[in-house]
Amino acid sequence: MIRSQVLICGGTGCTSSGSKVLIKEFEDRIEENGLSDEIKIVRTGCFGLCALGPVVIVYPDGTFYSRVQKEDVAEIVSEHLLKGRIVDRLVYSDIDEKVKDEIQHVSLNDTNFYKSQKRVALRNCGVINPESIDEYIAMDGYAALGKALTEMTPDEVIQTIKDSGLRGRGGGGFPTGLKWSFTAKNEADQKYVVCNADEGDPGAFMDRSVLEGDPHCIVEAMAICGYATGASEGYIYVRAEYPIAVARLQKAIEDARAYGLLGKNIFDSGFDFDLFVRLGAGAFVCGEETALMTSIEGNRGEPRPRPPYPAVKGLFGKPTTENNVETFANVPQIILHGAEFFNSMGTEKSKGTKVFALGGKIHNTGLVEVPMGTTLREIVENIGGGIPNGKKFKAAQTGGPSGGCIPASMLDIEIDYDNLVSQGAMMGSGGLIVMDEDTCMVDIAKFFLEFTVDESCGKCTPCRVGTKRLYEILEKITSGNGTLEDLDMMEKLCHYIKDNSLCGLGQTAPNPVLSTYKRFREEYVAHVVDKKCPAGVCKKLLTISIEADKCKGCTACARVCPVGAISGTVRNPHSIDPAKCIKCGACMEKCKFGAIVKK
Amino acid sequence: MKSLAELAAIKEKMQSKVVLREGSGEIRVVVGMATCGIAAGARPVLSAFVEEVSNAGLADKVMVTQTGCIGVCQYEPVVEVFEAGKEKVTYVKMTAEKAKEVVEKHLKGGSVVEEYTITNV
Repeated sequence: MIRSQVLICGGTGCTSSGSKVLIKEFEDRIEENGLSDEIKIVRTGCFGLCALGPVVIVYPDGTFYSRVQKEDVAEIVSEHLLKGRIVDRLVYSDIDEKVKDEIQHVSLNDTNFYKSQKRVALRNCGVINPESIDEYIAMDGYAALGKALTEMTPDEVIQTIKDSGLRGRGGGGFPTGLKWSFTAKNEADQKYVVCNADEGDPGAFMDRSVLEGDPHCIVEAMAICGYATGASEGYIYVRAEYPIAVARLQKAIEDARAYGLLGKNIFDSGFDFDLFVRLGAGAFVCGEETALMTSIEGNRGEPRPRPPYPAVKGLFGKPTTENNVETFANVPQIILHGAEFFNSMGTEKSKGTKVFALGGKIHNTGLVEVPMGTTLREIVENIGGGIPNGKKFKAAQTGGPSGGCIPASMLDIEIDYDNLVSQGAMMGSGGLIVMDEDTCMVDIAKFFLEFTVDESCGKCTPCRVGTKRLYEILEKITSGNGTLEDLDMMEKLCHYIKDNSLCGLGQTAPNPVLSTYKRFREEYVAHVVDKKCPAGVCKKLLTISIEADKCKGCTACARVCPVGAISGTVRNPHSIDPAKCIKCGACMEKCKFGAIVKK
Repeated sequence: MKSLAELAAIKEKMQSKVVLREGSGEIRVVVGMATCGIAAGARPVLSAFVEEVSNAGLADKVMVTQTGCIGVCQYEPVVEVFEAGKEKVTYVKMTAEKAKEVVEKHLKGGSVVEEYTITNV
């Protein structure tokens, strides 16, 4: 009889920080202590606190161990599992000592990181074994499909999704129910359902986590969508860079077929549905729906003009419904608990919850799911645990290379689709990159643009040539050669690219430039007029010098300088030759007297 | 899969295994499992609780867990029952048989088995 379970995260983050070794070690130690019949080890999907991996949770008490190393396992087994004494030094906690005294032991759910979250799309991630269809079923899995097929008509399913207010989680925020109804309306001999799992935004990994942690919910949701829209086949387009996700999806599909949850005559309803996985080679543009379908068809991944929209002429020229992973992940819960359950959360026009991949200059790097309308401040300061090293919050980038930045003055903005768009940012897939005062906004815009220049497929000129020219202007500005005319040209070019590009990639590529220019214009001006980078990032605008009155002449800096730019004699002030200096900053780290300054 | 009944059967079968992780536990049964407890025979007591709770169909209501030394080593194995809004009950000198009785009368029936509690030794 199992009395306790040890959940070990098997997501990509924790796997790379060594959770595989841990699983083996736990198995060995548990065996050694003769506990094999009492303790079960479960490899789960991502818990969300990737920065603290590898993560281990012991149930039923829910003790949350972080950064567990192989050497710690023997102690956890002999102390906690055998004798019931929690190994305090490994327990993660971000709550006050005072509160901590009141509760006997710290469970995951008591931490600030989890307390404010509301998990719908991620409800099973880190809870079930993603490779066990039985565990998914135990958590009400496939009950929504059963309900849809046996109790509801396709129209009722679509109406429920419409009433729930669910909008596309991939970025655009198009109402999902409406999208389904378009495909359902079109008559055809064959229709398709496509799941867009080509997650390409730098810093976003919520889709990967859902696929790794709860693959069956995508299988179930796609079958429900197939029933509602009249499709009998579905494709999941996932990046080949997500090997764990691919393997678990494939296992999930096989297991579902073996149980008859995919295939012919599901639940004896006469409904047939089957699923296939297609791997993408990692082109960012393939996350655009028409390019994605072109790629599934076996062609080079390039977008096609719309209309015709996929609902009319999509995959293989047939009516197709395409949704993002996170969108699908919400569907079974909506069908099971009704539209009310979902639309009671969120804001007026954005219902439900949203998953954000929290990254950048923040304590708790990881995945969080919060109701729509949660303020940025809550996410950054409370759930995210604030900015490390006592630095100040400067801005957050939402929506990756297609989105924009939200400055500190707008920390209290309630995050939903429309609020973000009105501020010149966008939801995007939910990447949230936090930047502190040491970040140069021009440099950040350049970084994102470099990404889109690389990823532009080249089919249309505004995007192919325009983004490249835009990048060159930014390059000019950050190297101190920019003029005020360049700034005007930059803004004009941004709007030109936005208005004339064929697909979403080009239409949104200038967003990081436009929004940083709008919010941090003074930084652009400082680069151009004063030839200074206020944040001290753009190397070509920096000079590193030694303040003679503080320098003791210890020679530490001269010894560490890789290019021999520092000269001076012992006990006399040193100096830096700006012509030789590569501004690596090695001397600054070495100086004990704070005599070296960067301006 | 031909019917909802089939699906429900799998759910039923699996639920006790994952319910552990939900930790809803309106009632918490804590077995003292320090060296003193183990030496006095806490292990079979713990196993008995886990098994009987499951057999009685109380798995979603009762959470069985262990703790370290409670401090009354001469009375081990010690088992404490916590229930929201009620005073905790401390059972002492427990055995697997007594555990079975506690599950039946206390956890299921709602009446404390006074003769095994610490106040009666």
